[in-house]
Amino acid sequence: MHPAYSVIVFTTASGAGYGLLFWLSLAQVFGLMPVDRWLSFTQIVVALGLITAGLISSTLHLGHSERAIGAFSQWRTSWLSREGVAAVATYVPSGLMAFIWLLGVETSWVIPLALLSAAGAVVTVYCTGMIYASLRTIRQWYLGLVPANYLVLAAVTGALLFALTTAIFEQVPAWVSVACLIGLATAAALKSWYWQTIDADPGKYTAEMATGLGHIGKVRPLDPPHTRPNFVMREMGYAVARKHAEKLRRFVLLGLFAVPAFMVLIALLLGIGAPVFYLIATCVAAVGIIVERWLFFAEAEHVSMLFYGHERA
Amino acid sequence: MTSLPATTNKKLGLVIDLDICVGCHACATSCKEWNTGGYSAPLSDHDPYGGDPSGAWLNRVHAFEVGEGANAKTVHFPRSCLHCETPDCVTVCPTGASYKREEDGIVLVNPDTCIGCKLCSWACPYGAREYDYDDGVMKKCTLCVDRIYNESIPEVDRIPACVRACPTGARGFGDLGDPDSDVSKNVAARGGYNLLDEFGYKPVNKYLPPRAPVSVAGTKSDRPAEQVPKPDGSAVERLFAWADQALSR
Repeated sequence: MHPAYSVIVFTTASGAGYGLLFWLSLAQVFGLMPVDRWLSFTQIVVALGLITAGLISSTLHLGHSERAIGAFSQWRTSWLSREGVAAVATYVPSGLMAFIWLLGVETSWVIPLALLSAAGAVVTVYCTGMIYASLRTIRQWYLGLVPANYLVLAAVTGALLFALTTAIFEQVPAWVSVACLIGLATAAALKSWYWQTIDADPGKYTAEMATGLGHIGKVRPLDPPHTRPNFVMREMGYAVARKHAEKLRRFVLLGLFAVPAFMVLIALLLGIGAPVFYLIATCVAAVGIIVERWLFFAEAEHVSMLFYGHERA
Repeated sequence: MTSLPATTNKKLGLVIDLDICVGCHACATSCKEWNTGGYSAPLSDHDPYGGDPSGAWLNRVHAFEVGEGANAKTVHFPRSCLHCETPDCVTVCPTGASYKREEDGIVLVNPDTCIGCKLCSWACPYGAREYDYDDGVMKKCTLCVDRIYNESIPEVDRIPACVRACPTGARGFGDLGDPDSDVSKNVAARGGYNLLDEFGYKPVNKYLPPRAPVSVAGTKSDRPAEQVPKPDGSAVERLFAWADQALSR
């Protein structure tokens, strides 16, 4: 599948934003808020900023961005529509929570708002994952592991951002570092499991099934219907070379998981220079997750390519 | 509305005879000709006369080679939207622009509300939807909805352009929900089948398989391909060899 850059930016940026919002909300619920309320306010501004930047980016790949309002209407059947509704709905409690933190008022209302914000973040990212996981045409996406990966990666990138923004202002609480480490380990395990799963499945659909000509024999393409690639081939036929995919997977394991985990560990053990270590961890992970998301698209194979010479999909 | 109708009054669709199709592309070009001036905005082309031509077409004709040896066949294979009964291309649409008509089962895209997110094309296993980069909306076979009910054209033309254009009669059009229609009878008689039935989208369009080769007495279906005869050293061959040498001097 062709990786649309605006969708990569959207899913990674808003994923990290929702992750950060999730941890901020949990901190509020469990009374683990930092002493300085301006820190919390800065953090939620970063979270909502990333979410908003991502959502705006997601409209860039549309043919008619100006009609995007219509995408909120079909939540009964469409995961894309559900994602839009959940994303907008999450702004309400998180926006109110940000306002409360800005004013610095003490109110018990902040707890339900935090719970709703956390739930909204989880639901929105889950919907993002389900947009892909509901497509039966792409075996690398039609998996329960896909929304799980989206959720864990959003949580872990959010946790790194939470740690970084905290480290700039004050001491990073131990629970944040531990959350980062557990998240990184879980995400690495899930991603490896995902890659093993897609590698083990050769695809159950064949060119013979697509054409219904298997009773005669093997189906081979003879004359193409067009001399140059059409939309279907450009959009659905995009593929990354196997050897490049292997290298990029290793890069993801290193950049998205190993290096950040090492940095977090050093920051936790040394107790000094935390902002620098968390900055390195976050920057390396940012490159790592962009590569991870690019691979998610580039490794995905579409059934329609069976008509264009693929033997299995 | 993106929700699918529970039932449709008719199941209008095409029946494509792979035994008769000669791969002339008349269906594809007439489709392009009609639909570029029809229902939605024009089907845009990019670099049409240059080195990298591309554009939105609603019908594509593949040619496949199937089987081995003397049993091998060339099968011309037109491919377009199958107007499935329960397709995901409709339900994934976030705006409701992609819809299935209750009255006749035709699957259409509303070009006024489509946001061009392309998700429907991802959901289609048949690669039947093509995005129009100029219009910014998805294009697909309309079953010539602007012809089949069009009372301003002669009755003989009130069928899809591809069916009207086919010179060999390889394409049929009718109500596949009515077992007594000509197309349904043809499908029953010839063993018409669905593409990728495993998906369960219940395509309305049917394909008729190529007929089995007629066996002629004395021919074996698995005989090897014809060979160029080897020189046998006859007088005539020697004469020609001498002439060839003499003339080559």
